[in-house]
Amino acid sequence: MPIRSLKGALRIALLIAIFLLGVWSQSSGVIDDFIFYLPDVQFLAVQHLWLTLISGSLAILVAIPLGVVLSRPSMARFAESAMQVLNVGTTIPTLAVLALSMSFLGIGTVPAVFGLFVATLLPITRNTYAGLKGVNPALMEAAAGIGMSPAQRLLRVELPNALYVIFAGIRTALTINVGTVPLAFLIGAGGLGELIFTGIDLYDPVMMLSGAIPTALLAIVVDAIVATTAFLVVPRGVNPSRA
Amino acid sequence: MIRLDNLTKVFDTPKGAVTAADHINMEVPAGEICILLGPSGCGKTTTLKMINRIIRPTSGKVFINDEDTTDLNTQELRRNIGYVIQQIGLFPNMTIEENITVVPKLLGWDKAKYRERARELMDMIALDPDAFLKRYPNELSGGQQQRIGVARALAADPPVMLMDEPFGAIDPINRAVIQDEFLKMQQALKKTIMFVSHDIDEAIKMGDRVAIFRAGRLEQYATPDDLLAAPKDEFVESFLGEDRALKRLNLVKVRDVVSDEIGTVSPGDTLETALARIDDFGYQNAILVVNDRRQPVGLITRAQARTTKGYCRDHFQNVPATVSLDDDLRKVASLMFSNDITWLPCVDEAGRVCGQITQRAMTHHLGSRFRPKEEAPATAASATKE
Repeated sequence: MPIRSLKGALRIALLIAIFLLGVWSQSSGVIDDFIFYLPDVQFLAVQHLWLTLISGSLAILVAIPLGVVLSRPSMARFAESAMQVLNVGTTIPTLAVLALSMSFLGIGTVPAVFGLFVATLLPITRNTYAGLKGVNPALMEAAAGIGMSPAQRLLRVELPNALYVIFAGIRTALTINVGTVPLAFLIGAGGLGELIFTGIDLYDPVMMLSGAIPTALLAIVVDAIVATTAFLVVPRGVNPSRA
Repeated sequence: MIRLDNLTKVFDTPKGAVTAADHINMEVPAGEICILLGPSGCGKTTTLKMINRIIRPTSGKVFINDEDTTDLNTQELRRNIGYVIQQIGLFPNMTIEENITVVPKLLGWDKAKYRERARELMDMIALDPDAFLKRYPNELSGGQQQRIGVARALAADPPVMLMDEPFGAIDPINRAVIQDEFLKMQQALKKTIMFVSHDIDEAIKMGDRVAIFRAGRLEQYATPDDLLAAPKDEFVESFLGEDRALKRLNLVKVRDVVSDEIGTVSPGDTLETALARIDDFGYQNAILVVNDRRQPVGLITRAQARTTKGYCRDHFQNVPATVSLDDDLRKVASLMFSNDITWLPCVDEAGRVCGQITQRAMTHHLGSRFRPKEEAPATAASATKE
């Protein structure tokens, strides 16, 4: 009982705090300041999402086949070294990747998409590879033993069973992607980074927050979309969230 | 029919070449179960897996129904061989129905036909199709999963099945049940089956023939009874265990040993008649009382017959146990030991007395199969009779 009453008290305190925050933001004019940036937020959020969408889909399109190829038994000799290269690739900060891609591709959307693509590639490749390698060898033996061809084994047994792990990789990668897009502003690709960095430079917290808060919300929404897709696409028998 | 012709597998390991299977020659007649038995690393699994090319033979040939499989396409070959593995290997991403119908789909059956087949197989393995077909493997117990594993292997009705320790991961109680179910199915299906096991009792129970492997070589290939009665060498003998004569009890049916000569009395006879009959037949202890339909009613002991007067119907004791013609001798021996008796009446399907089985007859039957291998038949024979 004491704990429950404590929780109740906290909840009431929280509601009061939110109410006071509302009162304060209305009286100090912060809400009007935010509303002032609303058209910018809308425009930049769409730009932001496009950057994520293009770089993310390119990364998925390249990473999954790459992971599949690396997981083939005939590639076993190169696979680990290739994964090491990709691992080293992730240790390079995204900002440095963007800077490098700017020095080769100039400024604008193209180098930004390329930089984001590189940053997103690894988690998906790694999870595809690990997911496929992690498929129970007994399943592979059973699949081979009943006469499936290598392609049928991949499509009907390996990929469905690795799908949950692959989706986990896509989820991580896209969330990182959304959070990294603001940096793309630094090489002239736009996105919500425009409000964040300009806000920092002008020492205008409202401007900065009207970039930062939508970025965070976008990351959460993208994560939720991928999670829902995984929930619906991964077969029930191998889907821990539907067990 | 499966025939192996000089089948050999040499593995190249960092420590040098290892011969896992050394010129294996054997033939499994159509419709029989052949158990490959031996300690781990003896080459039994390698031999099995060379038949469907999970392991590629170094040399030698595999014939299935007199057809050389060497030139067959691997996928085609495998689709016509049922394959059951110890780890079961059901596809967790597929429903039970999808698992069972994988091979028919690969073979291009039409939908109505393979769905019908799935229901038929579920009936065969005694699982309710409506309750199970739409479920996923992880919702089933181990025993149920392996039943589905067997059903999947049988789906396209292949003439030949390979089973790699199929019941090894199932708890002993369920294992016995599944073994019995499988044997019952096999009586109807008459598949030619190669079956790897490391359990001698399983081999004796399931096998029409048993092949004992040791270090890549086929040591002995015989029926379970021959194997137990006449192990070829010390290795086979030690592998079969010191109680191998007791293991044979499983293989012999009451039918083989029963003597149809049995003295009985009816409830209306007097105890004097009973005593006379006991003496006539030379029984030690008691005589069986049967009713008009020759069903066993009770026993009159010699002591009772001698000391009491009256009719049998008023003085009999309960019959401790009866056995039927299809029981094995293991059950008979167990009943004799638990009731401290040396003979048991046998009854037919209708419960009518049709003979008796004695401890003497059992030891004689088992002993007679051992005798031909002994060095000095005469003395050995008299020794076993004692």
